[in-house]
Amino acid sequence: MELTTLINIVYILSAITFILGFKLMSSPVSAKRGNIISAVGMGAAIVVTLMDTHVERFEFILGGMVIGTAIGLLFAFRTPMTGMPQMVGLLNGFGGLASLLVAWAEFHAHPEGQGVFGGTVLWLTAIIGSITFSGSLIAWAKLEEKFISGKPIMYTGQQFVTGAVLFGILATGVLFALDTVAPEAYRYFALFTVLAFIIGILLVIPIGGADMPVVICLLNSYSGMAACASGFIVQNNLLIVAGALVGASGIILTLIMCKAMNRSVANVFLGGFGTPVPGAAAQVVGEMKEVKIDRAYLMLEAASKVVIVPGYGMAVSQAQHAVRELTEALEKNGAEVSFAIHPVAGRMPGHMNVLLAEANISYDAMVEMDAINPTMDTVDVCMVIGANDVVNPAAQEDKTSPLWGMPIIEASRARTVIVMKRGKGKGFAGVENLLFFRNNCRMLYGDAKGSLQTLVSEFKGGS
Amino acid sequence: METTILVFLLFILVLSIFLGFEVISKVPSLLHTPLMSGSNAISGITVLGALLAAGLAKGGANDFAALLGGCAVAFAMINVSGGYFVTNRMLNMFKKKEKK
Repeated sequence: MELTTLINIVYILSAITFILGFKLMSSPVSAKRGNIISAVGMGAAIVVTLMDTHVERFEFILGGMVIGTAIGLLFAFRTPMTGMPQMVGLLNGFGGLASLLVAWAEFHAHPEGQGVFGGTVLWLTAIIGSITFSGSLIAWAKLEEKFISGKPIMYTGQQFVTGAVLFGILATGVLFALDTVAPEAYRYFALFTVLAFIIGILLVIPIGGADMPVVICLLNSYSGMAACASGFIVQNNLLIVAGALVGASGIILTLIMCKAMNRSVANVFLGGFGTPVPGAAAQVVGEMKEVKIDRAYLMLEAASKVVIVPGYGMAVSQAQHAVRELTEALEKNGAEVSFAIHPVAGRMPGHMNVLLAEANISYDAMVEMDAINPTMDTVDVCMVIGANDVVNPAAQEDKTSPLWGMPIIEASRARTVIVMKRGKGKGFAGVENLLFFRNNCRMLYGDAKGSLQTLVSEFKGGS
Repeated sequence: METTILVFLLFILVLSIFLGFEVISKVPSLLHTPLMSGSNAISGITVLGALLAAGLAKGGANDFAALLGGCAVAFAMINVSGGYFVTNRMLNMFKKKEKK
């Protein structure tokens, strides 16, 4: 059998392992197996590519492999679960950069020219790779809140600047693709790569930190598209298949996140959200009723069905282990405990599930929003820990509210609601939470972790 | 010749996109974070293109191109190793508690 045939057969098998890997992710039972199968497919594809007769020297390959693998392992084992969004964000960027470098290398190695088709795919790969890289760096910095603040950055003439840069990318692209052997071609290549880098920054800068989950999803998709485009350069099917799978995955997650926030993709990317909306506050009826820990304990002690609504605030105060202890105490007391998880809880899709799983909370206790809402009337106590906007009934009742139309977890329908909160402040959207003023709602002020630990010790002492 | 290849590659692309939407929309939101880190790993597939560039024969323009390829190998491998291992680490945490 010819070597190229063997290589291509292995590529087909690898494509199958990637698809199987995603398919097995449809259940937490099989997901781990899927990941391993997919990794084996990747390993096989790398090995047969090294056998390719066009690979004639190994010093750069060896260096790149060793350095890259080592850094990857460091990331994989050192990153805390709260830092997952940053890590995924950075990896999106590296994926884009790798594709950009492949395009550059291919362009540099072929001074004899590429044809219009070749020029076009080089252009596409370079700009998608470049946008993904710079956009991801900004998203990462915004999530870390280290170098730039998470607040949206707006300036006048923003759309005009973005438009002008986009035009520049397009114009240099056309000039480049028409004649890749021209002496100016290298200059055009550099120009649109730099302009694409700038566009990546301009696109992410105006988006607020709380919208970063959407941005990360979209950039995830871009990193796949970049890989896909580079597949057209080296005319490799496997790159196209794998890139398209990642591209599709990112798009699906982007749409899910936007739907959960009741906003369009365009609305997120025009930016500026995250600044409080003035004057939109609805008239609030009633008052907030505080509850002390001993009363909260009695409520929980009498409950047979408890639902916990966790928000990112819970993870920030590292309270998930205390939550697990309370869950165990409640279960020992005969109560049924489940966790209602809103799609935007946490800082990336599914983040809250990972944080709870890390604290050893069983995954079958985690319930999606759409599944928990119909059962809310039968819940004795609903505990809201560090969540705010996602339980605000204004989304369903107040047409003037900025939250109007957003899908929420209908906590207010439980018999009793206990809200654990640091103080009386408003939610991220700057909107009063109508839930807090309901007759069945009690506020338990203070540090969530401390309060939870006290509740646990009450259970231990009481029984 | 060139257009035949282009059409063929586009054919593969279109089918893969539809397959991707079909398969990935069945992943529950419970596993969306591992799905994204797993996607990171798979986007490291660029490593194949990077290997071909990094392994270019010695001489002329190839030397610099191979150096670029080597850098691309490194960045793609961060995705491959980082992505697969962190996904594995996360999926290890998803446990179902035994009901007594």
